[in-house]
Parts: sequence; structure tokens; C-alpha cells
Amino acid sequence: MPVLIFIDTAEGHVKKSSLEALTYGAKVAEQLGTTAEGVVLGSVTDDLAALGKYGVKKIHHAAADALNHFDAQVFAKVLAQVAEASSAKVIVFSNNLSGKAIAPRLSVRLKAGLVSGAVALPDTSNGFVVKKNVFSGKAFANIAVKTDIKIIALSPNAYQTFAGEGSAEVVAFNATIDAAKIKVTGVSKASGEVPLTEAEVVVSAGRGMKGPEHWGIVEDLAKVLHAATACSRPVADAHWRPHNEHVGQTGFAIAPNLYIAIGISGAIQHLAGVNRSKVIVVINKDPEAPFFKAADYGIVGDAFEVVPKMTEAIKKIKGTA
Amino acid sequence: MKILVCISKTPDTTAKIAFTDNNTKFDTGGVQWIINPYDEWYALVRAIELKEADPSTVIHLITVGAADAEPIIRKALALGGDEAIRVNADNHDSYYIASQIAEVAKQGGYDLIFTGKETIDYNGSSIGGMVSELLDLPYVSLAAKFDLAGTKATITREIEGGEEMNEVELPVVVSCQKGMAEQRIPNMKGIMGARTKPLKVVEPVAVDTLTSVAGFGLPPAKAGVKLVSPDNVEELVRLLHEEAKAI
Repeated sequence: MPVLIFIDTAEGHVKKSSLEALTYGAKVAEQLGTTAEGVVLGSVTDDLAALGKYGVKKIHHAAADALNHFDAQVFAKVLAQVAEASSAKVIVFSNNLSGKAIAPRLSVRLKAGLVSGAVALPDTSNGFVVKKNVFSGKAFANIAVKTDIKIIALSPNAYQTFAGEGSAEVVAFNATIDAAKIKVTGVSKASGEVPLTEAEVVVSAGRGMKGPEHWGIVEDLAKVLHAATACSRPVADAHWRPHNEHVGQTGFAIAPNLYIAIGISGAIQHLAGVNRSKVIVVINKDPEAPFFKAADYGIVGDAFEVVPKMTEAIKKIKGTA
Repeated sequence: MKILVCISKTPDTTAKIAFTDNNTKFDTGGVQWIINPYDEWYALVRAIELKEADPSTVIHLITVGAADAEPIIRKALALGGDEAIRVNADNHDSYYIASQIAEVAKQGGYDLIFTGKETIDYNGSSIGGMVSELLDLPYVSLAAKFDLAGTKATITREIEGGEEMNEVELPVVVSCQKGMAEQRIPNMKGIMGARTKPLKVVEPVAVDTLTSVAGFGLPPAKAGVKLVSPDNVEELVRLLHEEAKAI
């Protein structure tokens, strides 16, 4: 009765958030005294056996071309087959975009209780209880899963990836696959940029930048940190920056290791989208900006002077000056 | 064309988060309730726009909750929608709520079911997916654009670092996020009209819950901000590198 981990891929590569899920799933298996197995749908270019170093012993690979396009309905049916064949009792997803679409479907299909957005390993001392964030990161809840099969969707960036030694046995899985009802007609991707919701470091700026023409220093800082760029709601509403950069209550919720907020006052709606970040740095010339209360580090000062200096100092540390 | 919009009642974003009964219940004392912003701004307003484009469209709103959810559903009706259904049940888990919605949806013959991408209290992001599986319908999650041509929907959904364009024949379940529509303020005509729109109360079907809340907690308070002088930016970078190990 292994722990089964869904390994999400994009363009043939395993997503970083899935490596976290693999590490987490292997740890859950260890805790339960069982083994961890992975499942991959569609064709991949990555070496799946090498995923053994994250602690999985076996990988079920349903490589049919019909699974190359993500479809929650089709994927949930295939995953249910793999779960049944492997008699998995715990199924782990990353609570990334794919996980949010499939895990609830699989929960219904298997009548398995789902904890979405888990942030810690399950407590199995008395039942099966998993901690998750609620109220947009302002609190947490311990959720007791009452069903025989349990599904955990792990919050991205909540569990550190760990690679050791080992190789996984890759076995082909022959799935019954329904025809997808959703047709993918196109994909648009900002090439070369770090996806916001996957980024470990996010550099974000607000109205304090005074206009879109001043974003060069923000982008320079993001570049040396290999960070994604983000912005506050007024900035997106004013079309200074694209809407897909808006973080906050009504934009994207993110949880990077490091969030640098430049010229953002830190309204509660903004904090709701970023307060799960591990380390928050605030640069604002107003010492009364509410964001300082939620920050770990701060500089009260002019962004136009501070940010370029920061970029230079980081270059020195990274040895790229 | 018949649309079902799922509406949830949530505490206002600025509400103080506290718990009672030995940390097993959310403290509702003094809390202002609002329509979950994703349900309102994106799901409901997009449905209203579709009705404006095709006036023969019928919009039903559904909420699963006790009688105290009625002010919220009236407020939603003031924005638009033809009638509302309240499933008279206390809050249970996502599976229970989704099952109630699916039950109503089965009888209603809807072409389109909209949910917000998540609620701002439980942050589950699960209802849309669960409803779609219960009804065996296709599901597009985290949609940022939705257009209709006859019975064919063209939907743009978020993927990591970009967008994907989807086409699907109705019926379909869609979870809505930023980009779908812009926030609206109800006008006086809407508010007056909402008072007389039908609000049907139905009793829940018997469904097991799969999970329960064992307890709540608050994250440890931040230690407080460590301020660095603007003349010493190198020190900030050093702290981030050596102390926080964030870069």
C-alpha cells in the first residue's frame, strides 16, 4: 500500500513543484513504513529512473500520446486506475495549477478525503491530520482525513526538495484513456522568464515607482537574483505592468523563499497574496508603510537609490560583477 | 443558455482572524461578511456580461449555507442573476458542499457552471473540480478569459509562466480568476430588484464528509522587521545571504 505521487510535467520536463511533492511523498511513505511510487502521464524527455534520488522506488509511466495534453477529466480517470492497480492509500500532488484541477476530481472519484495546500507532513499519531494554510495565510487549520484513501496536495515552496542516491524502476502503465473533451488550441508563454507562481525569489514593485518607465531597476534586480517580477494591484490596474504580474488577494497568491517589495505600501489585500513568503524585504521611503510590520528586513529609503545599489551588492556576492 | 454561479460567504479581507471553542471554530464575532471576491468579481460578473450579450440567458446563483448567508446572496442578486438557490446546510467539507451543488445542478440542466478559483477563507480551490467530477463534465480551472460562440466555449486558462487556450463544447465547469471580468458596484435599481427575485431554499441531500477540521491556529508572530540604513545596502544583502540564507 504505497504512497503514490503524481509527477507533473511541462514540455517533457518534471516541474520543480513535483520534486517537492516527490520528496514529501517519500517522507510520508517512510513515516507510514511503506514505499513511495510515482506516476507520470504523457511523454517525457527527462530520465525518470533518476527521480529515484528523491526517494521513489517505482514510477508508473502511462506514456500514451493522448496524455500529452493536460485534461483534468482524462487525467483523473487514469490516476484512479494507477491508484487502484498499486493499491495506494495516500496520494500526493503538488497543489500547483495542475494539482488544483485534478486532485479534487480524484478525491470524488476515489471518495478520498483531500487536503489542498498542505504545508507539513501528516500527523499520524492519532488518525491522519494534515496542516494547511487558511484565511490566505493568516491562519492554519489541521484537517483530519477520515477516509481509507487520503489525498494531499502540497503547497508549492512549502517543503524543501532533497535529492539523495537511488534509482527508480520505471514500469509502463497501460491505461484506458477517454477522449478529451477539451481541445488545446494554443499556448502563449513568456520565454526566458521565471514563472511567477514557481519562482523562489520574487521582486515586486508598486506605485512608488512613479511610472512604468522606471521598471528597469526592478528588472535588473530580478535578473541578478534569477527572480520573477511582480507588481501591486494599482500598478496592474494602471496598465504599467501586465495583469499576470499582479500579486495579492485578487491576483496571484505566491509563497517564494524571498519576496522583495519595492514602493508597495502593503495594504492587507496585497499581504494576503504574499504573506506566505518565507523572507520578506520591504523598501519604502515612508517609514509608516504598513508593509514594514509584515517584513523581516526593511530599508526606509528612496527605491531609485537603494535598488541599483542592491543589484550591485548582489552581483558582488554572486561573483558576477 | 442556463448558467449556475456558485457563491460563497466569506469574512471580509480585513476581518480579524481568531478562533473559539478551544481553537476548533472560527470566531465570527464582529466579522463583516462579503461575497467571496473570486465568486463575485470574476464568476458572477462574467455571467452577467454573457447575459447582457444574450438576454435569453438565465443565471441562477447557488450557495450552501445557513439562513445567515441570505444577505450575501441578496447582494449577489443585486449585481445580477435571475434567481438564487440556498441549500440549507451548515458548512461542512468541500466534498459535502460540492455534492449539494452537483445535486442542484443535475436537476437544473445548466450549460455552464462558474465558481471562483477559491474561497478566501478555506483556500481549498476544490469545489469546481469536485462538482465537475460528480457531474462527469469537463473542467477548466483558473480561467482568465471566457467567450462563447453558440455552444462552443473558448477559454484561456493559466499555466505555469503563461496561458493556454482551450475550446470545449458546453456543458462545462469553469473556475474563474483575475482577467475574466472587472468588479462592479450594484446600482439602486439592482438593489431594489434583488428584494423581489426568487430565493429558493432547498434541503441538503445526505452526504458523508470526507474530512473535518481538527483545530485552527495562528502562525507565530514575526520577530519584527530588522531595519537597515539606506546608506548601507551591502549590509542588507549580507543579512539576506548569511542570516536569512535567502540569496
